[in-house]
Amino acid sequence: MELTIGLEPPSAVKPINTLVFHPGKCVNCGLCLQVCPHRVFAPGERRVRLAKAESCMECGACQRNCASGAIEVESGVGCAAAMIMAALKGSDEVNCGEDCCR
Amino acid sequence: MEESYSEEVLRTDGKVGSKERRDHIKARLGFDRLGHRVRPGLYAIGSPGRGSMVLVTANYSLSFDAVRSCMQGRNAYLLVLDTKGINVWCAAGKGTFGTAEVLKAVEATGLKDVVDHRVLILPQLSAPGVTVREVKDGCGFKVEFGPVRSEDLPAYLDGGACTEAMRTVRFNLRDRLVLAPVELRNYRWGLLLLLLAAWLVPFYGLMAMVLTLSGLFLFPALLPYLPHQDLSFRGMFLGALLVTPFVLYQLSSVLGTLTLLAVAAEYLLLVPWLGYLGLNFTGSTTFASRTGVKREIFTYILPMALMAVSGAAIAVIGALGYWGGWF
Repeated sequence: MELTIGLEPPSAVKPINTLVFHPGKCVNCGLCLQVCPHRVFAPGERRVRLAKAESCMECGACQRNCASGAIEVESGVGCAAAMIMAALKGSDEVNCGEDCCR
Repeated sequence: MEESYSEEVLRTDGKVGSKERRDHIKARLGFDRLGHRVRPGLYAIGSPGRGSMVLVTANYSLSFDAVRSCMQGRNAYLLVLDTKGINVWCAAGKGTFGTAEVLKAVEATGLKDVVDHRVLILPQLSAPGVTVREVKDGCGFKVEFGPVRSEDLPAYLDGGACTEAMRTVRFNLRDRLVLAPVELRNYRWGLLLLLLAAWLVPFYGLMAMVLTLSGLFLFPALLPYLPHQDLSFRGMFLGALLVTPFVLYQLSSVLGTLTLLAVAAEYLLLVPWLGYLGLNFTGSTTFASRTGVKREIFTYILPMALMAVSGAAIAVIGALGYWGGWF
C-alpha cells in the first residue's frame, strides 16, 4: 500500500508538498517522530502513522534519517527570495545570499 | 575570517555579558552578517569529567550563547562545529551543519580521548543535515536529538526525554518579528528614496512609506490573522486594507478624473508590492515548503507584475495629464 500526498490525481488538486510515505517499509524505529519539527508523523502500533502530511515543510530530516527508505521527500529551501534569485541568475541551485539566513 | 578547530579544550561558562549582548544586537539588526562567530572546537562548561555529556552546536555566536546560557551551573562539553557563523537550522539545510562536519569536529578535537562515553546530543533542527547512522559508523558516537530550542535543554536533561512541545517549531509573535530589523536594513536605500519622495510629494511618499513599513513589521505581526493560506494573498489583502484609508481621504476632498487615476494607480502599485513582501516572507517562516513556495511564485508573480506595470502606466498618464492640463 502506498500513500501519496499531494501528487495524487486529480490534477486539479494543487500539490501541497512532495512527501511520500511507504508504510510497508516502516520498521517503527521512531526516528522520524524525533526529527520532524512539525509533528507530521505520529506513533503507531507496528509502524508510524502519517498524521499531518499537509504540515510538511520538506526539510528532509525524516528522509535522511529513515534507514528503511519508507519516507521520500524532495527537500529544499522554502524561500521565495532565494528561488527568485536562483531563477534570475539561471542557476538550479537555490541558495541564500550573504544578507540572509544567519 | 577562517578559523580552524581548536585542538585544546576551550573554557566557557553560562554567562552572557555586555560584550555578547552588543554582538547579539548587531546580529539582530543585520550588521556584519558573517562576523558573528565563535572559534569552533570543544568547550568545557563548568568542570566536566570523562562521563560528562557532549552537546553539539553551531559557531554562530547567537547559537553558542543560547546553548551555554541554558547550561549555567551544569558540567558539560560543548562541541562547536564550524558552520561558517550560520545558525543550526539554516546550516543543516545547506549541509554545513552536517554529518561530515560532525565527523570532522569529533576527529579534530580528539573528543574520543576526552570522554569515555560515546553519545552526542545534537539540536533537533540539525537533523536535515545529519544522518544518525552515518555518524555512528563514522566515529562511533551515537546521536541523540535534543529539543528544538535551547531554553528546553534543562528540562530535557533533567527529564531525559523531549515532550511533543519541545520537538515542535513555533512561530509566535517574537519569532515572526525577529527578522524585521534585518529586512528593514535590506530595504534601507529604498526607504531613503521614499523619504525623499515624501519631501517632494508628501501624500504619496507617506503612503508608500507607511505601506512598506507595514509590509515589514505589521504583516509579520498580523500574519496568523490575515485570510487565505498563501502569504502573497495575505500581503495583498493587507495592502488593499491599508491603501483604503488614504483613498477615502482623497475621494472625500476632490473627485475628478485625476483623483480616480491616482486611486487606481495606488491600488495597482501598492497591493502587489505588499503581496511581494508577503511572498518574500516565506523564507522567514518556520513552515513554508519548497513546493508551496514554488506554487505561490507561479500563481502570483505574473498577476502582481501586471498589476504593478499597469499601475505605473496609469501613474505616468496621470502625472503627464496633471502637468499637461489634460483633465
